[in-house]
Amino acid sequence: MTSYDAIVIGGGHNGLVAATLLARSGRKVRLVETADTLGGAARTDEFAPGFRVSTAHILNRLHPDVIRQLDLAAHGLDTSAAPAPTTVLGDREGPVTLRSGYGDHVDGISPDEAKAWSELRALLLRQAGILKPFLTRRPPRLGKLSRADMSLLGGSALALRRLGKEDMREFLRMVLMNVADVADEHLTDDRLKGLLAFDATLGSHLGPRSPTSLLGLYYRLAGEAGGSVGGQTIPAGGMGAVINALARAAAAAGVEISTGANVTRIALEGGKAAGVTLGTGEELRAGTVVSAINPATTFLDLVGPRELDIAFVRKIGNIRMKGDAAKLHLALDTVPDFPGISDADRKGRLVIATSTDHVENAFNPAKYGEFSPEPVMEITLPSLSDPTLAPDGACVLSAVVQYAPYDLREGWETGKPKFLEAILATLEANAPGIRNTIRHSELLTPADIESRYRMPGGHWHHGELQADQMLFSRPVAGHSGYDTPVGGLYLCGAGSHPGGGISGVPGLNAARNILASER
Amino acid sequence: MTVVPPLTDEKRRAAQKHIETIRFETPFHPRIAALMQTNDWYDWAGYKSANTLWAEELEYFAIRAQSALFDISPMVKYRIEGPDAEAFCNRLTLRDVSKLRPGRVHYTAWCDDSGHVLDDGTLFRLADTRFRLCCQERHLPWLLDGALGFDVAVTEETEEIAGLALQGPTSCALLKAAGFDGIETMKPFDIRDFGHESGSVTVSRTGFTGDLGYELFIDTPLALSLWDRLWTAGELYGIRAIGNAALNQARIEAGLIVANIDFITTDHALRADRVRMPDETGLGWMVDLKKGHFNGRRAIEDARRNNSIRHVLVGLEIEGNVPADHAIVYHRKKREAGVITSAAWSPTAKRNLAIASLERPYGDTITEDLWVEIYALHELRYTKLMKRATIVPRPFVKLPRRTATPPADC
Amino acid sequence: MKRWDAVVIGAGHNGLVNACYLQRAGLDVLVVEKNDWIGGAAVSRELTPGFTYSNCSYVCSLFRPEIMRDLELPRYGLQVIPYEGGAVFTQDGDYLAAYHDPHAHRREIARFSARDAEAYERYARDVTRQCRFIQPLLMRTAPDPASFRPRDLSELVYLGRKFAGMSAEELQLTVRFWTMSISDFLDEYFETDVLKAYLAVSGIIGTALGPMSPGTAYVLLHHYMGEVDGAVGAWGFARGGMGSITRALADSLRASGGTIRTEAEVDHVLIRNGKAEGVVLAGGEEIRAARVISNADVKRTFLKFVDEKELPEPFVKSVRNFKIRGSSGKVNIALDSMPQFPALPEDSPCLQGDMHFTDSIERMERAYDDWKAGRWSADPMIDMVIPTTLDPTMAAPGKHFMSCFSQYCPPQVEGRDWTDADRDAFAETVISQIADYSPGFRDRIVHMEVRTPREIEAEVGLTEGNIFQGELTFDQLLFNRPVPGYAQYRSPVDGLYICGSSTHPGGGVMGAPGRNAAAEILRDASKSTRHVSPAYDVI
Repeated sequence: MTSYDAIVIGGGHNGLVAATLLARSGRKVRLVETADTLGGAARTDEFAPGFRVSTAHILNRLHPDVIRQLDLAAHGLDTSAAPAPTTVLGDREGPVTLRSGYGDHVDGISPDEAKAWSELRALLLRQAGILKPFLTRRPPRLGKLSRADMSLLGGSALALRRLGKEDMREFLRMVLMNVADVADEHLTDDRLKGLLAFDATLGSHLGPRSPTSLLGLYYRLAGEAGGSVGGQTIPAGGMGAVINALARAAAAAGVEISTGANVTRIALEGGKAAGVTLGTGEELRAGTVVSAINPATTFLDLVGPRELDIAFVRKIGNIRMKGDAAKLHLALDTVPDFPGISDADRKGRLVIATSTDHVENAFNPAKYGEFSPEPVMEITLPSLSDPTLAPDGACVLSAVVQYAPYDLREGWETGKPKFLEAILATLEANAPGIRNTIRHSELLTPADIESRYRMPGGHWHHGELQADQMLFSRPVAGHSGYDTPVGGLYLCGAGSHPGGGISGVPGLNAARNILASER
Repeated sequence: MTVVPPLTDEKRRAAQKHIETIRFETPFHPRIAALMQTNDWYDWAGYKSANTLWAEELEYFAIRAQSALFDISPMVKYRIEGPDAEAFCNRLTLRDVSKLRPGRVHYTAWCDDSGHVLDDGTLFRLADTRFRLCCQERHLPWLLDGALGFDVAVTEETEEIAGLALQGPTSCALLKAAGFDGIETMKPFDIRDFGHESGSVTVSRTGFTGDLGYELFIDTPLALSLWDRLWTAGELYGIRAIGNAALNQARIEAGLIVANIDFITTDHALRADRVRMPDETGLGWMVDLKKGHFNGRRAIEDARRNNSIRHVLVGLEIEGNVPADHAIVYHRKKREAGVITSAAWSPTAKRNLAIASLERPYGDTITEDLWVEIYALHELRYTKLMKRATIVPRPFVKLPRRTATPPADC
Repeated sequence: MKRWDAVVIGAGHNGLVNACYLQRAGLDVLVVEKNDWIGGAAVSRELTPGFTYSNCSYVCSLFRPEIMRDLELPRYGLQVIPYEGGAVFTQDGDYLAAYHDPHAHRREIARFSARDAEAYERYARDVTRQCRFIQPLLMRTAPDPASFRPRDLSELVYLGRKFAGMSAEELQLTVRFWTMSISDFLDEYFETDVLKAYLAVSGIIGTALGPMSPGTAYVLLHHYMGEVDGAVGAWGFARGGMGSITRALADSLRASGGTIRTEAEVDHVLIRNGKAEGVVLAGGEEIRAARVISNADVKRTFLKFVDEKELPEPFVKSVRNFKIRGSSGKVNIALDSMPQFPALPEDSPCLQGDMHFTDSIERMERAYDDWKAGRWSADPMIDMVIPTTLDPTMAAPGKHFMSCFSQYCPPQVEGRDWTDADRDAFAETVISQIADYSPGFRDRIVHMEVRTPREIEAEVGLTEGNIFQGELTFDQLLFNRPVPGYAQYRSPVDGLYICGSSTHPGGGVMGAPGRNAAAEILRDASKSTRHVSPAYDVI
């Protein structure tokens, strides 16, 4: 039996971040990953001969603190990529393109609309800025605020006040609004509204008219990439390159990494974490066990309900985590042509969401376990940024498509070909001829994502990122501070505050809290 | 839409009729109704139950001098069955269930995650892998959610199982005369099955009176014939049917508490500060930290470690003879220290008794100089009494015959 | 020319409550009402001989008992009769009843699920806990969180203390109520769809949201925080119809010296030098007053009665952005005999309560999808009551008045105005749904009043026919209602106030907005507010 100071379960980006920081504190750390490669949904896999792609395909929120603290640049992370534009493919009016930093200028709209957009963008960025300090902190503990909580809350209150009366009032009004109404209050262009609707609801079981959907947009705008707030990059080497840098940082810090080793049980002694058991039967001992995987898996499968309290298990079971996002990978013979889109813009993100109604109507069937007949999606062509991802002249298309409810009523076996057809029809309408160039297609429904990445519900946030599952309610009320009812057991994955996306923040926060509490 | 068809699910259709009788009648109702002289019914968990049958004071003495028959069918019952039944009950409740052998029953309690008492009740180990939980409140969602991860089935069986308490000094002899052979060998908290007609009756040596006594559980269809069997045999042993009022007097003498009278159960509390931990309701002795995990354990341990237990439940003897129901308890006649939750004059001990919930340190480190303010209303005038209260151990009345095996006269 | 101390626009219940409190403080008050009847949406009219309708609102719970007492409404004939519960009919010929007795209710749910039967208690506890927290807030002016004025600060401190006094668990529950959908919320307690469907109705009534929309858990709370004589969450019928509330208010007002003028439609508010000085009626008549209080909704008040140039531009923008969405319709039916519902046992107490036909959350949500697409729901959610079962005064013996509240009904039909044919087609969805469960129903109909948002707006003056004078989402509640910075019943125009359901604490026949506004007006006028009782203690 081998002993460690800490064992980290799951070699996704958050697990790597937490493991690295713990190892740097002088702890003996072992990281255990079930898959043969690290990275979880961020790893880059070959999906067709010569074609590689990662399920996560856009970098828009890897936190600067993570990059700095882990010294990822020294470990090979190339952050020089220029911010990638976002282009909304228009139905009739032609495309709209948002350039760096979530459209600090926009092509394809009227001057009036451009003015309205820049005002709205500034407003949203200011508001997201209020929430930003919360990202890298343990959420305040309801009912028993600590001095640190008070200073965080006080700081936000002060920041709010500093915005001025009008802005403060506007923030308190808007914070739980739906994105559709906010867009309507400011904009007239359906394509911009469609984009906001899409971005706010991406990865969640909400439509743009669902109250609180604006929070999704705040979450996006609280991130940054390519040096600009709200920006995004398509990383060279796919998301796997980020994982490689994280893995190198972990190795350099002395983390012992095992892949192809699944944890079957978290062992408890006297109600406290004592180690883990691997699928091979091997037992690893450690007083600190940090789980980067889904909270439900962690507690219900690895710890088991018997060692936990009933209401806690109930709360864990009540976390809504049924994904609605599917992932499409196409191996294409040639680079597809989206009429009206320049070669440069084609390297960025392409969004098919023509209006608020388009997104809302796509959402409607998902409420009843049906997929969207006219889906909305964001597309990237990663091989344009990194030619090694596809054979010469060929192209990889990567798309996140909504809505594809995890629990499809008719079952995905029969539903999947129908949904693929709906997606391809939409693609064909936007890139005529594309269907003839498809060499291979891979559609990952939430059910596929679940089994491939062991993400329950196929939900990349490890739990809906909605108002009642955020902050002090994430993953469950009373246990939002990365610690758990089980002494020595911590969470550090997307299921914890602040949520998913390739940010590394849950891992960062968890490590900081573990270091602080075990000091 | 087309015209809606009539309901074909016969079970659901038959159940619709429940609304014709809002107060359900227990399986023993025909017999109790025949004996009912005062027409003094009350609502016990949705059942029409006797508060008194002929006279509260006299019914009490049936418990202490003869054999009193009391209908406990409204008690909520859950069947817990399966290979993991013991493990499940052990995680659910405070006491160590692995020490509860088949054929034994124990009094226990269970808590929510924050260590506050959800209910107390009796856990019958009917067989190695079969238990019955008997209590006042309803907990099916809690039990079902708690069963996750255990190979166990939980079923509510309140209506299927009828229950009778037979309590009093002649109860053993009565049962023996009724053909319950070997009843005298049953020790307190023993369970034994006896044949009854086509089925069997489960008898436990338990009760809520602090007296010699038994509780009998039987499938509802056989309920009346069980009653008749006891009644016939009981004629020579002074059997009397009694109501809740007399029972309540006896249970206070025995120092036993009742959920939602002596403490507020967690699922009932509209005011979050009214909930209580086992250490605050006199149930701290149940908490078995030597066993493995049980619900609320971490919170209870934390509270003990942090000294954050705020209340204490005590037995009081109050000077004079005026019962002090719901009176305020004072320290040095001035500072409020708590409230009386149950009170009664004890005909057996000739003492004025009460159970009180006090706010620590009163009842904990400060146990002297306690007073009770009684507002005695007689003929439209209050007499305000400030009476000295002394903390005394419970049970207030301890009868050797409760535990003697075999019982005397049997 | 007479100069009144105050003129109140609109004789709805809040306008009348407001007028009563002002008059009782010694102000000389005139209420002007455009219709030839009073009551706004709390009205009873006899549209066909022998039948009294509750034309708009139809059940009573939210009306604050403090106001009833302050204004002596029982003396002027107000009586609220609590009703038993209700039922939702299922498509398989069964029903789920909500019985008054808790044990009967448990046994009823147990017909569908033993688990849910015993889960109800915890659900009821949680809802009641939250209502106990909210109730005292209804009768207080919401503080402006952006203000440093002592009153706002002390009110913020009051709120802060209330929150600080809550346990983590209670705070969490508050957050959940404010952010969750009623569907998700109920999922955490119950497994039976029909039970969830019955309960979820309170989460969507009057609201342009479906049961799966976040925020609807609060709407449910909004319908539970009322009471009938201390029974929190209970609902009842106002004896003589909902109009007896406004009739009692009007009588109370007149008895204390106030005046009501009907058929006096306001064209605009008279504003001079930025100060409201009265109103001008449609015929051109000027009525002078020291202050003007509008019972109309915030959009009607500021976009119709007030010249835009009198208002700051951001305010106008905020008012334009105020969400007031028509989502409901109403079919009032006079019946020549009691309809039969074969699914129910004979003489079922459910007939005296609210009856629904939507037995799943999905049907309810799909009804909402129709609304989003600009259509009335093909399979509507109907909240049906027959008040004459408990109040025989509303129709001749053996005859009945049936009120069918229906969702969803869009303010416009696929972007165009409603037509009479649309209205009739909408009514048909309601009638046919009832007829599916009640053979011979159509033959019992003597008269029908069908009200789509078009009729509600035209008659009562509610913009888009929204019964709450504005959506009850967080962005329009508390200090956000109606718009941030003007949530204290005052407006940018000196002497112009609003007192309707557009203001805190919102819609329902509650009276609290009218009362709270009166307290603010009296404060501005340096008058005593001693006759304005504070909220009863919640202990």
